[in-house]
Amino acid sequence: MTINHMDFFKPKHQKNRNICLIMGVLFFSIGILDFYLNTYFNTNITSFLPRIINFFTPLIFSVIGLHLIRIEFSGIKILDNLNKNINTSNFNAALSTSIILLIIFAAPPLLNWLIFDANFAGNTKEACTGGGACWVYIKVWFNRFMYGMYPNAEQWRINVTFIAVLALMSVGFFVPLKLKKYLTIYYTLLLPLFSFTLIYYLISGGEFGLVWVETGAWGGLSLTFIVSFFSLIFCFPIGMMLALGRRSDLPIVKYSSLSFIEFWRGVPLITVLFMSAVMFPMFLPDGTYVDKLIRVVVAITLFEAAYTAEVIRGGLQALPRGQYDAAKSLGMGYWRLHLLVILPQALKLVIPGIANTFLALVKDTPLIFVVGLLEVVGMLNLAKTNPKWLGFSMEGYVFAGIIFWIICFSMSKYSQNLELKYKTDR
Amino acid sequence: MTDAIIQIQKVNKWFGDFQVLKEIDLDVKAKEKIVVCGPSGSGKSTLIRCINRLEEHQKGTIIVDGIEISEDTKNIEQVRAEVGMVFQQFNLFPHLSILDNCSLAPIWVKKMPKKEAEKLALQHLEQVQIVDQAQKFPGQLSGGQQQRAAIARALCMEPKIMLFDEPTSALDPEMIKEVLDVMVNLAKQGMTMIVVTHEMGFAKEVADQMIFMDEGMIVEKAATKDFFANPKNERTKLFLSQIL
Repeated sequence: MTINHMDFFKPKHQKNRNICLIMGVLFFSIGILDFYLNTYFNTNITSFLPRIINFFTPLIFSVIGLHLIRIEFSGIKILDNLNKNINTSNFNAALSTSIILLIIFAAPPLLNWLIFDANFAGNTKEACTGGGACWVYIKVWFNRFMYGMYPNAEQWRINVTFIAVLALMSVGFFVPLKLKKYLTIYYTLLLPLFSFTLIYYLISGGEFGLVWVETGAWGGLSLTFIVSFFSLIFCFPIGMMLALGRRSDLPIVKYSSLSFIEFWRGVPLITVLFMSAVMFPMFLPDGTYVDKLIRVVVAITLFEAAYTAEVIRGGLQALPRGQYDAAKSLGMGYWRLHLLVILPQALKLVIPGIANTFLALVKDTPLIFVVGLLEVVGMLNLAKTNPKWLGFSMEGYVFAGIIFWIICFSMSKYSQNLELKYKTDR
Repeated sequence: MTDAIIQIQKVNKWFGDFQVLKEIDLDVKAKEKIVVCGPSGSGKSTLIRCINRLEEHQKGTIIVDGIEISEDTKNIEQVRAEVGMVFQQFNLFPHLSILDNCSLAPIWVKKMPKKEAEKLALQHLEQVQIVDQAQKFPGQLSGGQQQRAAIARALCMEPKIMLFDEPTSALDPEMIKEVLDVMVNLAKQGMTMIVVTHEMGFAKEVADQMIFMDEGMIVEKAATKDFFANPKNERTKLFLSQIL
């Protein structure tokens, strides 16, 4: 006899159903009320019970309540939906109730801190009174969080560059059908080139009468975008070549790809970044200097390319052998076979995996602080040590969390769109 | 025999230690139709896959239309462009429409202009009677339609030889006929065909020569009439008694 069959609470006859419902709602309300009073008013209406039962009374009452209102088909729409979705069994009811209780427990204090008790007005630390979050801090430092140490007067250059790069990226949506086949070349070769030129001349400056701003001064969210953008753009084609290389029949290609992948996968990113800063210059001839931002981007790109390669390899292996046979039997050589038949299918299969890797990449960018580059989290860490603004690290991290969440969530949504768009089979 | 379009001489093939093909000799003349039958695991699929080198043979020579099949990839691609193949599992490209499936190889391998390739594709789709499905994707078609599309795809390369590897084995019974009809038509047009199949009705109607394979060897090779009327080998008799 399972717990679901213990129907001793329930009347057998239909005519008693209303009583059952009323009792159920009553029990459920008592359970929730008990919890609410307990949490926010420190009054315990069930304190006469032994402590161990007393602690669980909200849960027990609510589950009994839900048990009573679990009726096969009542004709009341809300009730039926409730029963079908969160109240299918006693276990399910207990789980749902626990979650509801947890929300009651956690949500109001959180909202109070975030919004109701928070301080928005003012420009100094003294404006922050009360127990809530001090958003004034974010407001005052916002500019730094976005642009780092970039001189205020020159920040328009970053804005212009970003708008221009966005425009360049959206070209794919507007080109006529005839030119569609050149898009791959555009996105893998021309776009990085154009963007690099733009960033080099506009953000870095030094020519055309623009003040030169060294990369050490770049920072904040704009740096997050720059690093992620170039790493993403380059790590995809490199990863693809590595994935193909790893499955190649030529031993040299195969084993060099294999060792490359295993090397980068085996080393922590933070070590790689340190190496790019400390070890890499030792290999260069004296007098040559590669900007540390470029070194960092190269390091992240190669690191993530190894992961991308393994994801793509998964897709390549998922394809049935018949696809290779068919393409070969039509006289296609290695490149045509892969570019026309295998990769279009494999890449479609691995969109979720690639999105995963790319999200990880974006969230790895804060690590560039180890070479002294401060993107948005790095700027937060810097700001929280400012003597005038001590003690607001919580607000800072919540802010950074929200920013990263927005970036990652939009990327994830975009990847889901892509999946739908290319779903022609299966 | 110099008029043979396919010459297979003393071909041996091993999968590891296991010998799948033993001293195979076979000549196929232009426009000849050959049906290969035999129990599963007898090496019949492997044999025809060796003809366009989807499998490598380790010993012996295979010459297709004057080109010897060897390590040389240039030669192989040339042979493959002349030899069409139809598979048991259709192996259409699921990310492309039926029309694109058919025009892909002519455009990229034969460097045919796109318009011309599509015209050719439609012509061959017409021939296999699924021209109305041209814009659909393989996943939207029935098995029989997919297999006919696969035949059209192979024909678009305008091959001299067609290889069929159990083309009806993965089909529901009611769809087998529509595929066989297409193949019979193709035979009537004078295509050189090597067909691995268990469809003996089709074999009787179309084949010039029958080949029975067992354990990697050609056990019996005879003109179709003789093959069915008085098989010489015991194993052939047993096989035929089970399958007919």
